[in-house]
Amino acid sequence: MSSLDLIRDILSWILFLAGGAGVLIGAVGIVRFPDFYTRLHASGITDTAGAELLLLGMMLQAPNWLVVAKLVFVGFFLFMTSPVSTHAIAHAAWVVGLRPMLGPELQREGDEQ
Amino acid sequence: MVRTLVLGAALAGLWLLLSGYFDKPLLLIFGALSVILCVFLAMRAGVLDFEGVPTGLMPRVFGYWWWLFVEIGKANLVVARQAIAIEPKLSPKLLKIVSPTKTNAGLATFANSITLTPGTVTVDLEPGYMVVHALTEALADEAAIADMGRRVAALEHGGEA
Repeated sequence: MSSLDLIRDILSWILFLAGGAGVLIGAVGIVRFPDFYTRLHASGITDTAGAELLLLGMMLQAPNWLVVAKLVFVGFFLFMTSPVSTHAIAHAAWVVGLRPMLGPELQREGDEQ
Repeated sequence: MVRTLVLGAALAGLWLLLSGYFDKPLLLIFGALSVILCVFLAMRAGVLDFEGVPTGLMPRVFGYWWWLFVEIGKANLVVARQAIAIEPKLSPKLLKIVSPTKTNAGLATFANSITLTPGTVTVDLEPGYMVVHALTEALADEAAIADMGRRVAALEHGGEA
């Protein structure tokens, strides 16, 4: 194994670990945050940092440029579609009248003090 | 006409890079036929307009994506810190954002950019404004969101409304 391969492996390991941490933190956030809308924000970490960092790590491990191009396409389409699906869920909840918790006290509209 | 060529070139590039066949004449002919079929169907469906193939946004949008990437990285760190903090300091807030964009493609780009940035989600689009849910006081930064809107509006200049 040449030193270039070693550098490549180390870099992609860093990216894999960072991306994995992003996915994990997103999952932890989904469990810990108090209501539907705040949980959407936590899933945003998984969608963006998690997925894209993992893809970057995979690009470093790709055997040829065609595979890199395919991974770029995967990242691009994820980048374009994930906000659309997040908005679709958020808008569906909004339309049926789910009110978000607001302010530092996490009060819903009409809650008892 | 320009839009037809741009769509055809993009589809041909996608087909070549996904299949990886550069020297098999029969398969290349099939690829060319499928690109032509797709462009024909797009013409028939009438989606070869500013919204379907937004060539007006095209050259400058790449610089904008780079800027958006950096912003997403920064916002990720803020939200991740809240997610693993022992006592998360959340202060959700609803914002009314007036979009400075003139076209539907620009509005969609702006609303999706807000949603893509962790910590802010576009919840509703009303005529004239949009409702944005933000996770904390620091993320509910109307000046920063307005700045993003100005950047998207600047992309639009080339496109006809």
